[in-house]
Amino acid sequence: MNIDSIKNGIVIDHIPAGRGMKLYELLGLAKLDCPVAIIKNANSSAMGRKDIIKIDADIAVDLDIIGYVAPNVTINIIRDGKLVEKKSIELPKILKNVIKCKNPRCITSTEQELEHVFRLENAEERIYRCAYCDTKASADSD
Amino acid sequence: MKHLIDIQNLSVEEIEDLINVANDIIANPEKYSEACRGKKLATLFFEPSTRTRLSFEAAMYELGGNVLGFSEAQSSSASKGESVADTAKVVSCYADIIAMRHPKEGAPLVASLNSDVPVINAGDGGHFHPTQTLADLLTIQREKGGFENLTVGFCGDLKFGRTVHSLISALARYKGLKVILISPEELKLPSYVKSEVLKPAGIEYVQTTSLEEYMPELDILYMTRVQRERFFNEEDYLRLKDSYILTPEKLKTAKPELSIMHPLPRVNEISVEIDKDPRACYFKQVLNGKYIRMALILKLLREAGRI
Repeated sequence: MNIDSIKNGIVIDHIPAGRGMKLYELLGLAKLDCPVAIIKNANSSAMGRKDIIKIDADIAVDLDIIGYVAPNVTINIIRDGKLVEKKSIELPKILKNVIKCKNPRCITSTEQELEHVFRLENAEERIYRCAYCDTKASADSD
Repeated sequence: MKHLIDIQNLSVEEIEDLINVANDIIANPEKYSEACRGKKLATLFFEPSTRTRLSFEAAMYELGGNVLGFSEAQSSSASKGESVADTAKVVSCYADIIAMRHPKEGAPLVASLNSDVPVINAGDGGHFHPTQTLADLLTIQREKGGFENLTVGFCGDLKFGRTVHSLISALARYKGLKVILISPEELKLPSYVKSEVLKPAGIEYVQTTSLEEYMPELDILYMTRVQRERFFNEEDYLRLKDSYILTPEKLKTAKPELSIMHPLPRVNEISVEIDKDPRACYFKQVLNGKYIRMALILKLLREAGRI
């Protein structure tokens, strides 16, 4: 399967297989009018299977969202068809407006203007807690 | 500015200072009777809690200050749809300090982020109630002389009982703590309190359904009410509400120096005959609650430069 290489843009590589669509949704890539490719279940020597997202435009992506959904991805920045920067991502300490608290007793459930803030409690187990009510978020919350 | 939202906002040293001030207030009340003259406490109670509100109000009056506020959401602008953030901004124009009770978890934190005056969390849903924990700590200090080497039994609703979670995390900072968790299966202490508080602090704990079995070991027995408002399902509440009732019979094997505590209100989980037992401390806890709130109001107003 061939996907054209991109001229100026971003390649998000080493996304755990199955999380590519989730990342696509959370990053709001559907709203872009430039070419965006999602490659699912690509072969990977390190991971077995992986997802890849290619965005053919030099846009800013929310690194916190990427770090939350797939903390071990590599972000390749492409300029004039060449790789100019390779970034690895860490799990963000604070998540703002990435996921929503699901606790019906949380103040964010009734006050719509509040930011949804989660803080990282345990990086090893990827545990985030709502900054308001301390409810645990799972990696699949949205 | 310093606020009190979670008991963890206070260091061990700050808690010790508050306890020392509270003990000094108890010994020399006249020294403090004008300490907050001309200052106003706003009690913003978005859900009814008569005893906590009265405790805050009595504390402020005994410091020579004044009180304004409301005792239910219907009589506040919240009924018109005002946000917690706006309420906090408005009230901080009128008052020097705010005590807030709210049914939604995290509401006092939102208030503190938007207030120009210190905010005290007077209970947010099933989340935190730090001044109850301070009242419990003052009671333990006065009854036991300190916090080290205590065996503390928590009995009843350990799942929804926020006072239990909060007191466990406060006591976990001291040496030699042993915790006995006594509850029906359905109301066991949540696993995160064990994995995030008890285990990292290396605290010895036992989970049991039997109150009698561990009674002889206890230095403190902290009873709790099975709270109707924490259940979504009335049937579950009715089935579990009478799970553990403390009677003189059950106390027969207890140490003579046991302290029996309860955050109140009680329904029937402590038999009224026990009120006469010198080991019953729950009404002293109420009084201690007022004194520690006085100490807290003083501390926060001083740190905010308002007295």
